[in-house]
Amino acid sequence: MKLHLKVWRQAGPQDAGRFENHTVEGVTPDMSFLEMLDVLNNKLLAQGKPTIAFDHDCREGICGSCSMMINGRAHGPTRGTTCQTYMRNFTDGQTVVIEPWRARAFPVMCDLVVDRSAFDRIQQAGGYVSVNTGGAPDGNCLPVPKDNAEKAMDAAQCIGCGACVAACKNASAMLFVAAKVSHLGLLPQGQPERSRRVLAMVAKMDEEGFGNCTNQYECEAVCPKAISADFIARMNRDQIGSTLIPAE
Amino acid sequence: MMTRAHPLCSSIVRKGVVGVTGGLLILFVLGHMAGNLLIFLPPEAINGYAEFLHEAGHGTLIWVARAGLILLFAVHLGVTIALKYENKKARPIGYAAHDPQVSGWASRHMLLTGIVVFLFLIYHILHFTLGLTDSSARWRTLVEGPSRPHYVDVHSMVVYGFRDPYIASFYILCQVVLGLHLWHGGSSLFQSLGINRGPWRAFTACVGPVVAVVVVAGNCSIPLAIQAGRIPARIDLISAKAAIEAEKGPKPPMPVPGASDINKAVPGH
Repeated sequence: MKLHLKVWRQAGPQDAGRFENHTVEGVTPDMSFLEMLDVLNNKLLAQGKPTIAFDHDCREGICGSCSMMINGRAHGPTRGTTCQTYMRNFTDGQTVVIEPWRARAFPVMCDLVVDRSAFDRIQQAGGYVSVNTGGAPDGNCLPVPKDNAEKAMDAAQCIGCGACVAACKNASAMLFVAAKVSHLGLLPQGQPERSRRVLAMVAKMDEEGFGNCTNQYECEAVCPKAISADFIARMNRDQIGSTLIPAE
Repeated sequence: MMTRAHPLCSSIVRKGVVGVTGGLLILFVLGHMAGNLLIFLPPEAINGYAEFLHEAGHGTLIWVARAGLILLFAVHLGVTIALKYENKKARPIGYAAHDPQVSGWASRHMLLTGIVVFLFLIYHILHFTLGLTDSSARWRTLVEGPSRPHYVDVHSMVVYGFRDPYIASFYILCQVVLGLHLWHGGSSLFQSLGINRGPWRAFTACVGPVVAVVVVAGNCSIPLAIQAGRIPARIDLISAKAAIEAEKGPKPPMPVPGASDINKAVPGH
């Protein structure tokens, strides 16, 4: 299989980027998208040209490192991370446009690599439960309704890949923040700081320069972990409630 | 001064404000449409309704309502434009290729349709509320005159107004744009206000489209029916004008400004 790639190249954060055209031959259907880029990078390396920089780590769909816009869709044509996108979803001779996540809060560092540390700072603003150290409590002492436990686990699946921001036409981080707010807010351990948490994390999200949600659910459609936009509604409830009736 | 970091100015609360104001405006649009549909009843129905609105609370209620509506529009539009500005800033460089998966045209062009609706609203007020763009609209107290100061012959105003095919087509087009705005907005507000949860989301997703279809169908039925000749005029303006002229004699000027244009506004009479 032969593919024509139109890849975004950018030497550094301050440099102007441009698209570069490459042709990759010998692509097999069972290759992952990243493996296809590895083939291209090996070719570039052999030619003494700079390789295409992209984020990757586990290549198992778990870590959330890989991140690229493929033909206008976050992570590519199938729902899942880029590393779990296989070349069988492309056709011989197809042109593939590859771009980095585009958001002011995710500055491009090099080629397809963006700085997603804004997510870390949002987490640091309140995405935790403050607990004293000590002996592990008896699990049965803290009953959790099954529905809440399952919803909390659904929200906790978020791997922070940033596809929600990339797919949103406003570059909004609402789905990410909603998942992080909700997975703690649904559990008893997260209740004491529930109000403070949502206010702090939303304030940080706004401060980082993400856009505002316009309820189009593009984030939900591309999320590799299928996080539901219901969590956004839940965060809206929490935020509006905590603003109008402060808990502390 | 409150910054964006203040909880009251957070993106979510401001979206909630857009949702609340939008919801109240939807209620107004539905109420306004219900009132408009009285035109399908005998003329006294809609004229009596208009007179009631103008007389309610000794004429003060309508101004309270108008002030409230202006405030709602101002807040709805102002906050939306501020949010849109931030959204534009949030993605300074767009994608060369972008392939939206689930969002429709209406949801992606809310500001555009909103601005069109706003401009239409200005025309609508100039047309029917102030009667500045259509001379036939000023022919409003023709029969009852000063004995009933709050009497507005809405029926004739609307019927003669929509006999012009260009005006009727323009209204229909604007109603479709309004419908596109409500299609997304009518459902979106439930998400913004955090009302969506579980199976409710499937229900609220239908609210916008249903409201849009009802509003477009209801409001468009009026110009369409008038264009089809299904709503007869309450008065024959030509005869009425002649009668007034005969009563008053040749000396006094025309009692209604712009009445000389009436003939042009009533083709076929």
